[in-house]
Amino acid sequence: MITRRKMLMLLPAAAFAWKYVLAGTPEMASNYNRSEHWWGMLLDIDKCIGCGNCVRGCATENNVPEGYFRTWVERYHVPGWRQETPQVDSPNGGKDGFPPSTAVGGKNFFVPKMCNHCAESPCTQVCPVGATFESPDGVVLVDETYCLGCRYCIQACPYGCRFLHPTKHTAEKCSLCYHRITKGLTTACCENCPTGARQLADLKNPADPIHEFLKTHSVQVLKPYLATGAKAFYHDIDGSVR
Amino acid sequence: MPVDGFMYPNEIELQWSVLIVVYPFVTGLVAGAFILASLERIFHVDAVKPTYRLAMLTALAFLLVAPLPLQLHLGHPERSLEMYLTPHRSSPMAMFGFVYLWYLMAVLLLEVWLDFRRDIVLLSQSTTGWRRLLYRALTLGSSNISQGALRVDERVGWVVTLIGIPSAFLLHGYVGFIFGTVKANPWWSSPLMPVVFIFSAMVSGIAMVMLVYMAMMKLRKQPIDMRCVDTVAQYMLYTFIIDFALEMLDLIHRISVADESFRSLDFMVHTRLFFSQVILQIVLGTVVPILAIGLIQIFHVPEKIRRAAYAICGCLTIIGIFAMRWNVVIGGQLFSKSFLGYTTYKLELISREGELVAAGLLILPFIILAVLIKVLPPWPERQTTIGD
Repeated sequence: MITRRKMLMLLPAAAFAWKYVLAGTPEMASNYNRSEHWWGMLLDIDKCIGCGNCVRGCATENNVPEGYFRTWVERYHVPGWRQETPQVDSPNGGKDGFPPSTAVGGKNFFVPKMCNHCAESPCTQVCPVGATFESPDGVVLVDETYCLGCRYCIQACPYGCRFLHPTKHTAEKCSLCYHRITKGLTTACCENCPTGARQLADLKNPADPIHEFLKTHSVQVLKPYLATGAKAFYHDIDGSVR
Repeated sequence: MPVDGFMYPNEIELQWSVLIVVYPFVTGLVAGAFILASLERIFHVDAVKPTYRLAMLTALAFLLVAPLPLQLHLGHPERSLEMYLTPHRSSPMAMFGFVYLWYLMAVLLLEVWLDFRRDIVLLSQSTTGWRRLLYRALTLGSSNISQGALRVDERVGWVVTLIGIPSAFLLHGYVGFIFGTVKANPWWSSPLMPVVFIFSAMVSGIAMVMLVYMAMMKLRKQPIDMRCVDTVAQYMLYTFIIDFALEMLDLIHRISVADESFRSLDFMVHTRLFFSQVILQIVLGTVVPILAIGLIQIFHVPEKIRRAAYAICGCLTIIGIFAMRWNVVIGGQLFSKSFLGYTTYKLELISREGELVAAGLLILPFIILAVLIKVLPPWPERQTTIGD
């Protein structure tokens, strides 16, 4: 039985615990059920034209500081048969588009990059306080009210997707526009892509066209040998892409 | 920002600065100094006895400074306590707080207290004023220094040292583990990393205690116990050979396997890390001390030259091990994880993570050590004087 004395002792403890429960709850719509979704992204290399709309859209939507990137676009030029030495550039993360290429011969293509929202994400594994975590719907998020700014996660990300926010001094990364997708919208980068090179994918929704696409097309994730369970699926990606 | 080739745009800025170089360097000195001290206590190497208490105080002085570079480096140092309150168990870094506290409270402080308890009690009786109060407080209410009580101290101290040796290995091996488990970074990702860290820690700790001992004897105008210094240098040589062999094993393995990162890392060693890795770490910081101390073992070298050689080798070793930490921490961030480009690290003079702060953190342990030596004189003759 809970006595008045016990209640008085329990209340401050509960208030203390509640602070942490609230801190770990991302913003979402009231009718959104996290257990019904498992988010990923489809990136179609053949469709990307390197316009940089996605980078600009992301920066505006998420107040990404200048010189840092939640998403960026790389331009590849593979002159010959040697896949290990492609020529790559990404001026200002492709935010302002790309200057005309001076490369002659070989293959040229654009590769949009972003957080891979790995199912076995090395960044969340190393966070000493669990400030970065995988949400039940498969999105890797950072709780900026809890992050120490130790930058271990930035070191652990194999894809270079994280950075330290210059004024907040906490780790920052693509949130897959969690504030949008939990309200039934798509991400800012997908919204702004003029060619449909980026498609938000709900892997738990049987009606999502991603399932048909994955069954019938050649797709690859980045650095599959690291077994990160990446959920950014690239269609028709070249072996030279890092 | 001078970048060669291509780096992912977020990689251009280095995340772990010189302070993260200072952190494993200082922690390594703690572990090494403690292991040297344990030689006398556990393995009964009597020759190193003159350095025993000094080694303990050196370890304590450096351990007190060890968390400071981390604290200064954090974006939100005020949240660092969360590592104790809500540690994320899968993170190698989360355990640092616990390993550190264990080592500080359960091993080093306890051991130092047990070793100096007799002196503290005697000093609390022979001093006056605030010093008397200080020593009284340090007795922790235990003023029994009968033969029986001292025997118990000795026995408990032995057990603490016995636990302390694996703890020292844990403390520094774990630092290596933080780097060794980052699978995204081929420069760090190696199961050898914790082992290399432990042996390099032992080398640096032994060198540091040897230098501190020689400097203190010089300052106190006392003769240097050459039997002691010769033995300490011998142990340094043995651990150095193991350390160098392990590092060479890692190098040969990388050259032989030559995986996709090799071309990139090889280029880095030949360019941006050439001075700090090849010149400072390998040639001056390792080969020269090993050869010099090795030759002393073979040939009969006069005492004066031996003393000078030990002092020079000790300094070179310390510089070499610092360079090793630098090459691991900074080197591991100079190349892109795309293996297509390189960035540079610009060490600022005055900033929160700059050169001055790093220098301050490296000087601070010596100031703490000076205070500790003043409060708890580690000299053997002091023991007899008090006893008389």
